[in-house]
Amino acid sequence: MTDIIHLSATELAAKLRAGELTSVAAVQAHLDRIAAVDGGERGVHAFLHVNTEEALAVAAEVDAIRAAGGEAAEALHPFAGVPIAIKDLIVTKGQPTTAASKMLEGWMSPYDATVITKIRAAKLPMLGKTNLDEFAMGSSTEHSAYGPTRNPWDLDRIPGGSGGGSAAAVAAFEAPLALGTDTGGSIRQPGAVTGTVGVKPTYGGVSRYGAIAMASSLDQIGPVTRTVLDSAYLHELIGGHDPADSTSLNEPVPALVAAAEQGASGDMTGVRVGVIKELQGEGYEAGVQARFDESLEALRAAGAEIVEVSCPNFKYALGAYYLIMPSEVSSNLAKFDGVRFGTRVLPTEGPLTIERVMGSTRAAGFGDEVKRRIILGTYALSAGYYDAYYGSAQKVRTLIQRDFDAAFELADVLISPTSPTVAFELGSKTDDPLAMYLNDVATIPANMAGIPGITVPGGLSEGLPVGIQFLAPVREDARLYRAGAALEKLLEDTWGGRLIDQAPELSAATTEEVR
Amino acid sequence: MSAISREDVAHLAQLAHIEMSDAELDKMTGELGVIVESIASVSEAASADVPATTHPIALSNVFREDVVGETLTAEEALMNAPDSVDTRFRVPAILDGE
Repeated sequence: MTDIIHLSATELAAKLRAGELTSVAAVQAHLDRIAAVDGGERGVHAFLHVNTEEALAVAAEVDAIRAAGGEAAEALHPFAGVPIAIKDLIVTKGQPTTAASKMLEGWMSPYDATVITKIRAAKLPMLGKTNLDEFAMGSSTEHSAYGPTRNPWDLDRIPGGSGGGSAAAVAAFEAPLALGTDTGGSIRQPGAVTGTVGVKPTYGGVSRYGAIAMASSLDQIGPVTRTVLDSAYLHELIGGHDPADSTSLNEPVPALVAAAEQGASGDMTGVRVGVIKELQGEGYEAGVQARFDESLEALRAAGAEIVEVSCPNFKYALGAYYLIMPSEVSSNLAKFDGVRFGTRVLPTEGPLTIERVMGSTRAAGFGDEVKRRIILGTYALSAGYYDAYYGSAQKVRTLIQRDFDAAFELADVLISPTSPTVAFELGSKTDDPLAMYLNDVATIPANMAGIPGITVPGGLSEGLPVGIQFLAPVREDARLYRAGAALEKLLEDTWGGRLIDQAPELSAATTEEVR
Repeated sequence: MSAISREDVAHLAQLAHIEMSDAELDKMTGELGVIVESIASVSEAASADVPATTHPIALSNVFREDVVGETLTAEEALMNAPDSVDTRFRVPAILDGE
């Protein structure tokens, strides 16, 4: 039998339902893996908290229900008992939530996010909380206040960000499923550089209630997995209307699993795939471009009609994003002031007023990148600059939507590389914020327009994963799963198996040595 | 559009309630200067007749029934407070002086 941890979530779920494996054994196998590869100086460090006791208890409960049989067993969710990891930006009762910030060290949420309520109802044991850039601000997970996560493909490289912990956990076989959040690419870019699958759903398709807000008009929770089908199952589980989120779409979740199953045939006959002219070429590494071109060839051979589309306003997208996002950040993070929850730091000298307590609390509690964005946002919203900056950025948002509308007249889905580069070395961009921001140049337009996007593995460049991104119109998430599953199947046929199985073995010894 | 000055950054930090040392102000001014310069072109992108988009998928009048829903108890609301007294958050002086 294949090692438990190397099974996809769908395969694992089938074994649990068939009684070939218990959920306790599945959870324990993943906890053992976490213990073996996550800690130590050269460990992956995907987890900020491991939820051993509760995960095993939920697993035992599922096993007992299955063993007893009858209606209760019949009523179980098909993925009941399959373990999952949660990005530490999503609030959970009973486990700490830090947003990878000193500001929330030791904070315990008094409520569950809606996606967590759904995961509890479906009885997926939660393995723990995964690392991220502080408050989800970054593209490398190096801005975590608790140390960076390492890329399982090369431990000296970044796992992407902000959701580097979730992507690395899934890539390192520490979890078959994870949740991420995507504001400008924080699910898709880590997916690309770790050789995994990640989906940013249509804005409003998954409730944001309980995701600590970074930029509310851009944030979206989504699945992080190793296969397209696994993402489809998880997306259907967490999606749907939530009255607690006033931006939640009051519509049924599309049939995503069916779309992924249709795509798995590899047939793309009649599907129009639009290549975005502006998201390739200059600025994209040669290896990334080569894998992208091969993916286009594979899709063409499978019957897809490849067309070129132009989105001329995308050149303004990054600039507009770095006005809108920090503006919303400066407002959303105002609540972290040391009054009602979280860290409080008293000034060391001078009068002890609440205003000065706030100033020293936020000085000590926030890291450099968070401070940069708060100040930038405060600037963009300040008198005299509001129209030129924030107002113009909102207009650019309209122009980007119009570009997408025109492109989707010509194509059913759009395609681009997910990230312009493969994973870079830890520390190589931390002193250059602008260079770091460029990592999200291909993922940001989707957030600006609210449309869904997926990244699927596209092969390797110099031994490191390259991601291919598909984009679809709002509410048409199913198209992503059809096209994504098709490309996955076509490329796996050429590789003779999954890309992730080519990742170097992380032996327990690698991490034990230095302990 | 003018470049961002050190005085601007000091003022913004005060507005944002973030205490900054002189060294931090210097570093932040330099970094923000580069970022602001790179995003300045946004102001030239859109003409006056382009409407602004605040939310990607606009929903309006999202209401709920006007009935009491689930709420936190005072104990739950205070459980993460740095300081509290009775059923209230406690903070140092609101105003300067005694």
